[in-house]
Amino acid sequence: MYALKELGKYTTLLYQALRSSTEFGTYRKNLFHELVKVGYDSVPIIILVGIFTGSVMTLQSAYQLEFAFIPLSTIGAIVSESILIELAAVISGLVLAGKVGARVATELGTMRVSEQIDALESMGFNSVSFLVVPRVLAGILMFPVLYIVASVFGIGGGLAAGYFSGSVPPADFLKGARMFFYPWNVVFGFLKSFVFGFIITTVACYKGYYAKGGAEGVGRATTEATVMGCIYILLADFILAALLL
Amino acid sequence: MIEIKNLTKSFNNNLVWEDVTFRIDDGDTIAVIGRSGCGKSVLLKHINALLYPDSGEVLIDGENIHALDYVSQRKLRQKFGILFQGSALFDSINTFENVAFPLRYFTKLSESEISDKVMQALTYVNLEGAAKKETSELSGGMRKRVGLARAIILEPKYIMYDEPTSGLDPKTADEINELITAMAERLNITSIVITHDMHSVLQVADKVAFLDEKKLSWFGTLQEMKNSEHPRLVDFITASEYQIKSNQYT
Repeated sequence: MYALKELGKYTTLLYQALRSSTEFGTYRKNLFHELVKVGYDSVPIIILVGIFTGSVMTLQSAYQLEFAFIPLSTIGAIVSESILIELAAVISGLVLAGKVGARVATELGTMRVSEQIDALESMGFNSVSFLVVPRVLAGILMFPVLYIVASVFGIGGGLAAGYFSGSVPPADFLKGARMFFYPWNVVFGFLKSFVFGFIITTVACYKGYYAKGGAEGVGRATTEATVMGCIYILLADFILAALLL
Repeated sequence: MIEIKNLTKSFNNNLVWEDVTFRIDDGDTIAVIGRSGCGKSVLLKHINALLYPDSGEVLIDGENIHALDYVSQRKLRQKFGILFQGSALFDSINTFENVAFPLRYFTKLSESEISDKVMQALTYVNLEGAAKKETSELSGGMRKRVGLARAIILEPKYIMYDEPTSGLDPKTADEINELITAMAERLNITSIVITHDMHSVLQVADKVAFLDEKKLSWFGTLQEMKNSEHPRLVDFITASEYQIKSNQYT
């Protein structure tokens, strides 16, 4: 019963956001602000995540395939395909559920409990259009960009780790990466990051927008936004893989 | 004019108040008093439809605000300025931008016109020197005054004050009360003051609404309140620290 009630409130918020998107022009400068916060500010952590994910994948693949009689280029293929099809989107999504989701839920939750949202409404603002729509739009626009960043640095990190550890020469790594490259995998990764961006921002907006109970309530909203964001990302990842692969 | 008719509200089957009916005439300053938790702020949030009643209606200049569609409701809300209990300043922007905020979205004023209006509003509340301060640098009294400057910036017809003097020292509370009176007189604003501070009531109110025992227990002018023999109202007034420490009330 509780889950149904929550789902109803979440859907209502999405409907209000969709309905009020016609007024979005009034508040469009909020979008640029959010694009910077969601996208630009997340680039350093995404680069770091990408590099380490690619590096670790290369080193572990080389370790596992050390005594197998298969060409070294296979490692390049495994690393690049895993990154493009799964890791760049999912690991970035999980990290951003913490970074972006927590920030959005905390911001809106604090605004709710300190009556700033009431103040907006009382002045005649459409608070959903003003607060929720720019954040969701920033999520679905910037997550695919961050997916590209994660992919580039993931593959680059894998290539560098192979070179510096001496386990995979760059030429073999790139040969494998090119040989098994399917454009659909990039499209699939894009689609996933788009969906994850939507999930993270809408869940965080929902939890923050309806936060109640002072500092404890904001803390609860932030935790729930992060945890639920992660769970829904894994669930969506499974559903998309089952449907589209 | 604001007419509150037979308003009833409950949260999760807990009745807040029922059948609340009174009228606020243009130019009046009404104080809504009552014990903590009696639903004063809930009433305030019904007046501009931040909350919806279980039954009854609130007519703003003849329009039932709860029956309007969202767009019309928001237009009607622009007739109101609200000073919230915690001031509700936007903490991501400074004092000047907080006051300028509604002007930037709801008017087509130039930057210099916005600046003039903001400085005028800040001068009204004696804060002309604080324009560039971050909201985190402001004291409680200053926050209330910035909130007040923001509330009057669109020249509202009605202004609502939610516990305007709570948490302030007596001197600063006096300054806020003087500002409320000055706003009402200078800008001819109709004011609704939610408070349990009798000192504030005596300074600013023309009429008083007393919420008690889950209903509007008493309504009348300030003079009628002073002469009232309503036992719970008298009990509420005489319990105030102000009454004990001075004889202004009597």
